[in-house]
Amino acid sequence: MSANLFDQLIGLSAGVLLLTSVLLVWKRSLVAAARLLAAQGVALASLVAVIGVFDHDRQLVAVAGLVLVLKGLVLPWVLDRSRIRTGAVREETPLMNTTAALLALSLLTMLAYLVSQPLRVLAPGPTTAAVPVGISLVLYGFLLLTTRRHAISQLVGFLLLDNGIAAVAFLTSGGVPFVVELGASLDVLLVVLILRVLTSRMTVKFGGADLDDLTDLRD
Amino acid sequence: MGVLVLVPLTVCLALAALTAFLRTPALCRFSGLVAAATVLASGVALSAAVLAGSIPTAGSLLRVDALSAFMLGVVGAVGLTATWGGLPVAGAPAHDWMYSTLVTLFLGAMSLAVLADNLGVLWIAVEATTIATAFLVGHNRTRRSLEAAWKYVVLGSVGVAIAFLGLVLLYAATVAAGRPTLSWIALTQGHLALDPSLLKVAGALAVLGFATKAGLAPMHSWLPDAHSQAPAPVSGLMSGVLLSVAFYAILRVQAVVDPVLGAGLMRGLLVAAGLLSLTVAAALIIRQRDLKRMLAYSSIEHMGLLALAAAIGGTLAIAAALLHVLGHGLAKSSLFVVSGRILAAEGTTQIADLRGLLTRRPVMAVPYLVGMAALLGLPPFSLFFSEVAIVVAGFQRGLGWAMAVAVGLVLVLFAGLARHSASIALGPASPGLAEPDPPGRSAPLVLALGSLAVIGFTAGPLPLLLSQAAAVLVGAR
Repeated sequence: MSANLFDQLIGLSAGVLLLTSVLLVWKRSLVAAARLLAAQGVALASLVAVIGVFDHDRQLVAVAGLVLVLKGLVLPWVLDRSRIRTGAVREETPLMNTTAALLALSLLTMLAYLVSQPLRVLAPGPTTAAVPVGISLVLYGFLLLTTRRHAISQLVGFLLLDNGIAAVAFLTSGGVPFVVELGASLDVLLVVLILRVLTSRMTVKFGGADLDDLTDLRD
Repeated sequence: MGVLVLVPLTVCLALAALTAFLRTPALCRFSGLVAAATVLASGVALSAAVLAGSIPTAGSLLRVDALSAFMLGVVGAVGLTATWGGLPVAGAPAHDWMYSTLVTLFLGAMSLAVLADNLGVLWIAVEATTIATAFLVGHNRTRRSLEAAWKYVVLGSVGVAIAFLGLVLLYAATVAAGRPTLSWIALTQGHLALDPSLLKVAGALAVLGFATKAGLAPMHSWLPDAHSQAPAPVSGLMSGVLLSVAFYAILRVQAVVDPVLGAGLMRGLLVAAGLLSLTVAAALIIRQRDLKRMLAYSSIEHMGLLALAAAIGGTLAIAAALLHVLGHGLAKSSLFVVSGRILAAEGTTQIADLRGLLTRRPVMAVPYLVGMAALLGLPPFSLFFSEVAIVVAGFQRGLGWAMAVAVGLVLVLFAGLARHSASIALGPASPGLAEPDPPGRSAPLVLALGSLAVIGFTAGPLPLLLSQAAAVLVGAR
């Protein structure tokens, strides 16, 4: 793979990552959210595969397969199943309207560029140039977690945050050590499964999964 | 020696698997207890090995220094108090298999966290405890426990994910320095040329993430909900073990960051979190109406004190912090066990509804009062010594103003806790007959609180272990 092609492929994957996450914040449809996350998972997997092929790192290519299965298929599928269980179609009552959220996105993206400055100075290159995209994903995830009030939306926010961290890991250092990668993936999968069980219990007990119903515990 | 490192992990895993698949009443009843006893025994054995000068390792991922051995002992001791004290009354139905499996897995994950040399493995183990405890918090399946479980899992995993981002950036710094590693010993003693500005971001994120799990303000909001809704022994385990292990993770990260950046960054973060935690706890304990929530806020107070001790640094403060971890763990798990018995007997943990327990139910009121005296830091209990040592160290090392504020807040907390406890134990007794407590149920509490009363005075292995454990961190600085 030529360096030029490598540059372009990294840029393309990072672009898809950023585009899907902006759409996740823009669209309030929970049906679309699962598809967008699946697309994002595929983009992340191709990013990993590109880095793996360019560096002739077989292990990293295997990790790309893992990412594809987990983030491109399994997690979005679990998300969609939980959504069907709750019967929700879209986020009804976000704390922030779409215009304000998109404005916040641009501010968060600038913040991401500021935060990743030391990394880009330390090791300039096509991969570190894309690091701000990963940081942006993390910040967007936070935005969703804090402004959306449906359980499924929070799950989306958590997955977005996790994709962002994974992107930063692969872009900065070709991923964390394999054992850690495996353990971290398993942990994320289990957390999502647990949240799924809790969501369906919530649907049974509260007749929905709107987190504004969770107000029994406070001081 | 390497085999000994694997004992607590394999025993916990095997017991959890057996309980999950066989589901016999004996396993459901005792697997948590046996796991905790095994962890404690391995902790003691490993401490002896470390004091004899060896550093047991297993593979490249597990490594036991004095700090790990001590923390393994804490996990075991607190776990034993909580699981033994939480045993159902003889004749009553045992815990269901899922409860026992998850408690056993929790103990295994906590052991892995303190035995790991690799910070990534430490992270995986801490995150695994979120998974193990999620269903334990929601175990009662009420609306409230469901709410608590949801908040706990979301906030806990997001917090820990932030810590992971910190570790990812730390790893990137080692890649840039030419030696990719997450091994703690390589990070602290490998003389890696880590980039300061990158390490600053990495360290701050890692500490922020683990602080969420440690229940430090302002990321504490999951803690009172989870602690008040979980079954009492689980609350004890979370308060005494989970928070302490998250604090342990902060100490390890601090030891990596401080030599490169100087103590300023971590000190600033930890002093702010510590004082804020004390303030939050003080504000909310004064007018607290629920016994278990009161105990939960007291955990935030003690984590705040530990954060201050970590900010102070130096052998005295760190050794005192470790003694405080042990003391707080034993006292708090005993108190949670008692609160569980009070809930079972009285049907409520509302402070206003619990009156005159001393005359009506002395078998609960006496251990409650003794445990509370220990928690409040009255002599002869070890928390007295550790708190005094932390304050003295603070004045010695230039954090006198923070110590002055902290002592003021601790006094407010003292007054609040003492007032609530007095109203629970004394007060006019509402009608209600005292029931005789089944024999043997006080044994774990007597053991835990009894050892708390004497460890402040012991000479010999424990102080030696504490100072060696502190030297592990301070030496790295």
